[in-house]
Amino acid sequence: MEKNIRVGSNRYTVVDILFNVFNYIGFIIFTLLCVYPFYYLIINTISANNLSANGLINFFPKNIHFENYVEILKLDGLARAAWVSIGRTVIGTTLTVIASGFLGFMFTQEKMWRRKFWYRFMVITMYFNAGLIPMFLTMRNLQLTNTFWVYVIPTVVQPFYIILVKTFVESTPKSLQEAAEIDGAGILTIYARVIFPLTKPILATIAIFSAVGQWNAFYDTLIYVTDQKLYSLQYQLYTFLNQANSLAMLIKSNGTIGQSMEALAKQQTPTSIRMTISVIVVLPILFIYPIFQRYFVKGIMIGSVKG
Amino acid sequence: MRPIGIKKQKRRQSIKLFLLIVPFLVLTLLFAYYPLYGWVYSLYDYRPPLTLAQSEFVGFKWFRYLFQSKGQINQLLQVLKNTFIMSGLNIATSILPLIFAIMLNEIKSKKFKSIVQTLTTLPNFIGWVLVYSVAFALFSTTGMMNSILMDLNIITEPIKILDSGDYTYFKMLAWSLWKGLGWGAILYLAAIAGTDQELYEAARVDGAHRFHLMRHITLPALLPTFFVLLMLSVANFLNNGMDQYFVFQNAFNRDKIQVLDLYVYNLGLGSNNSIPLATAISILKSVVSVTLLIVVNTLSKRVRGRSIV
Repeated sequence: MEKNIRVGSNRYTVVDILFNVFNYIGFIIFTLLCVYPFYYLIINTISANNLSANGLINFFPKNIHFENYVEILKLDGLARAAWVSIGRTVIGTTLTVIASGFLGFMFTQEKMWRRKFWYRFMVITMYFNAGLIPMFLTMRNLQLTNTFWVYVIPTVVQPFYIILVKTFVESTPKSLQEAAEIDGAGILTIYARVIFPLTKPILATIAIFSAVGQWNAFYDTLIYVTDQKLYSLQYQLYTFLNQANSLAMLIKSNGTIGQSMEALAKQQTPTSIRMTISVIVVLPILFIYPIFQRYFVKGIMIGSVKG
Repeated sequence: MRPIGIKKQKRRQSIKLFLLIVPFLVLTLLFAYYPLYGWVYSLYDYRPPLTLAQSEFVGFKWFRYLFQSKGQINQLLQVLKNTFIMSGLNIATSILPLIFAIMLNEIKSKKFKSIVQTLTTLPNFIGWVLVYSVAFALFSTTGMMNSILMDLNIITEPIKILDSGDYTYFKMLAWSLWKGLGWGAILYLAAIAGTDQELYEAARVDGAHRFHLMRHITLPALLPTFFVLLMLSVANFLNNGMDQYFVFQNAFNRDKIQVLDLYVYNLGLGSNNSIPLATAISILKSVVSVTLLIVVNTLSKRVRGRSIV
């Protein structure tokens, strides 16, 4: 015997209401867990450092100042690392998108010589890899270690993205390509004029994935690069995190700040340094992410429905 | 102009198409097939400044070495144990994104839904170094959690969360759930969106309650995706990657956190620098992984009538 309660035109049972309440509360808690750490970092970097070093800033910023950012942005290596990361993200993503789009299209061309064989030749590489050390030796033999190219060349051909584009192109009407062919268009014209515009949504998805991957990549710097000039932002962050104590000393000794109370609040501590650098690395993602979020949700649907 | 036979013309066309993809085939060859040649390093007594030609050929010495001394065997067993537990925990919790998606689908407010979706997928887009940095801010001995607990006089000594080997497996699981749960649910949400809405309508007309709908329509719609992902993660049992474990490793938790990938790195490129031994382990790992993939694929064909590869 369930009691029905009328809200508007809907009827809810007690079980329904309880379920809804717990459901909402559960999601609110998990969502806060996902967001609060970022918020915590940001409010601490703009609050008085002597308070944040003692863990006193938990919900609202206090004595807001931007001295942390001013000092950190002066740090040697950070700007260069940012350029390396921006460079690899732009170049790497562009190359990956061009290659995935073009190859995905080419592998739909039944006229190609041994098309199936070459398709498998590429796709099968998704499932095996030689391992870390052989990869390292390969990069060394190809003289790619300690060059910028080690970030962008090995990631050009990505079988998974090629599969995505191929299935997408196969779902478009063949008559489009045939009509262009009759009009005398060559294969490259067909790609550029007919297929490329159609595949834009899936290419946008690939671009976002690839860009996020490039921006967050850490392990390739660790393995292939020893030259500080080529450190990516993530790797630089990692080294800064480990050296936060000595960096705080360095900034203190270079600084012009005196000993007044106000000065103390702005003085960098290892904690403020760690947090500020982290915020600098994460900010681009925090800004760009909400703009692109709906695109890749759409893109995943395109990919998974056919998958 | 000399007339060309239709057949010849076709052949020319097909070769021309092939030539267009040759540069990319070369890249695949260089970065996926050529590294396999590196496997020969496991058969030599190779030391970095020398070249391979200058090194002594030792056959399967390094493979035997793995199983020769008790200490080496124990270390390998510990690494395998870590790998198995971490992968096992990840597989055991792979049901959570599915539950997440089903529950989120039950929420009526579109706005709330999209806010949750946007914010819970955010952690997926930051790298492991940043996750570590966040963890440090919140849970280090001087971090937020410890200072609050000390202020409230609940504890007198800071709790060591990052610098201790206790519960390493669960801490790592917690971080990967924090990072990946919301994102993992997106695939399932996409699958729910693709489900025929008329099914729900029809069931409702027949008097089905929302729990019936969840159990008999939403869940079955998601199971195929779930099984594909499950099989892929079984096939990747030995490949947990190393980014996460590398950034979180320290002197206190090293024994528990070293999974195979990290072990190979520490052995080959870390302080020990034994390239042949690390290569030997990589080879064994690749062989086991490919075998697992084949087994899982066959299983999938038998059970579901579809292969995953």
